[in-house]
Amino acid sequence: MAVFKMPSLGADMETAKVVEWLVKPGDMVAHGQVVAVVETQKGAIEIECFEAGEVVRLDAKVGETLPVGAPLALIRAAGEAAPSKAKPRPAKARPSKAPPDSAQGQPPDAPPEIPTPPPEVPEVPREVPEQAPDEAPGTAPAEVPEPPPEVPGPTPPEVMRAVAPPPQGAGPPASPAARQRAAEAGVSLAAVVGTGPGGATLLGDVERHIGAAQAEPPAPPARPGKQGLDMAEMRKAIAAAMVRSKREIPHYYLSHQIDLQPATDWLAATNARRQPETRLLMGALLLRAAVLAATKSADLNGQFTDGAYRPSQAVHAGLVVALRGGGLIAPAIRDAETLALDALMEAMRDIVARARNGRLRNSELTEGTITISSMGETGAEALFGVIYPPQVALVGFGAPQRRPWVVGDTVEPRMILSATLSADHRISDGRRGARLLTEIERLLKEPESL
Amino acid sequence: MTPEKMRAAFVEELVRVAPDIDPATLADDDHLQDDLELDSMDFLNLVSALHRRLGIEIAEADYGQLSSTRSAVAFLLARQG
Repeated sequence: MAVFKMPSLGADMETAKVVEWLVKPGDMVAHGQVVAVVETQKGAIEIECFEAGEVVRLDAKVGETLPVGAPLALIRAAGEAAPSKAKPRPAKARPSKAPPDSAQGQPPDAPPEIPTPPPEVPEVPREVPEQAPDEAPGTAPAEVPEPPPEVPGPTPPEVMRAVAPPPQGAGPPASPAARQRAAEAGVSLAAVVGTGPGGATLLGDVERHIGAAQAEPPAPPARPGKQGLDMAEMRKAIAAAMVRSKREIPHYYLSHQIDLQPATDWLAATNARRQPETRLLMGALLLRAAVLAATKSADLNGQFTDGAYRPSQAVHAGLVVALRGGGLIAPAIRDAETLALDALMEAMRDIVARARNGRLRNSELTEGTITISSMGETGAEALFGVIYPPQVALVGFGAPQRRPWVVGDTVEPRMILSATLSADHRISDGRRGARLLTEIERLLKEPESL
Repeated sequence: MTPEKMRAAFVEELVRVAPDIDPATLADDDHLQDDLELDSMDFLNLVSALHRRLGIEIAEADYGQLSSTRSAVAFLLARQG
């Protein structure tokens, strides 16, 4: 049995509100399947389940706001014995499949959870998902203590402390009355803010939490748009990640001017032959060049978690997307190095549209291995970004400018691009960083090879 | 297509690309990039939508004529079959 928990939603989000369950008890789920939708400060996020098996129980209710790491559901791995078989019960034992109409509510007879505190939220981040060994279905012990599920993407210890009461034994401290009331109401103790000694959860805290949950308006429509995002909340989320970045990461910065005229000419000629639907943006060429250069930069492409840097073979390119009305989000285009230019343009179009109007997936917010931020076609000539933890580098492209440039022995007007690198001095030095920028320059001089 | 219908079609596609734009407060001289904050991806999506809907060829060299609702409607009216 595995507890499926609220996964990490990136360095800047600590809590999320469950707005929709896409599965119900009795459903089978596959690894990576989208099982729920949560609302965050940056919009709706689809939550993928990293367990495979049967949904035994939904712990989180629609409308509940829960911290990262809070239990969402209980999943029985395929081949794992049903509780009724593992622990033979009298004839009135709970059927292994709950009736569908109870799916959104409380399970008809909640299992005896009271004596078993919720499994401890991992204090330290686990490996990034692609490096985490999949827990083989069926091998997990059927009894508690259950192994904590993989948290896709790291969450810093201080964030965990900020959202969850300090662990005591195997769970947050709570009074017996509080535990009983929480179990009755189907509320996760991890979601309740404790006001007792040492942050312990008291009965009153649980009552307040239940009252607040009931007072919340009904679930929003199935596809909440980006409109109505609370800008103050989004700024807070961005601030949290950026403060952490500047506190933990010793940034260094490099800047390099690149003659973009060959790429500009190639792009104009290519787009002149195409209908608008298949035209390319300069942003796609820049992204492609940055991604190819990143494949050769092991010190810049990866994640720094739990005190150790893990370079990544794949380039999961975090693309900074400005949200209309303000704020930004940097979802990752997975395995971007495998996408040729046209496919990368499509991936960009898709992820920008979903960042603004639709839904991103939690893995897209946590798996990035390097960030690429572009000013676009107008604006300032250079940008020096703040690294998005746990990544260790950010490539910045300013708006290309028409500038005098020396070609041979003459000065010509050319389109000039300022490419910058913000990188983590714990992992790399300027000399290594410079190679990434000169590689981008080399690639952009031969745009037909992109 | 009449100027009124062309404007309505343009505004409909504009709002589809940038749903936060309120057609009621949209001024015909609002600059698509500077005032309405369309970025290059938004703009390309708008051009694609106009091409699909109206069947009008819009080359990259023409993009400058689509700087505001007023100039875009004039351009599209001049180009329509």
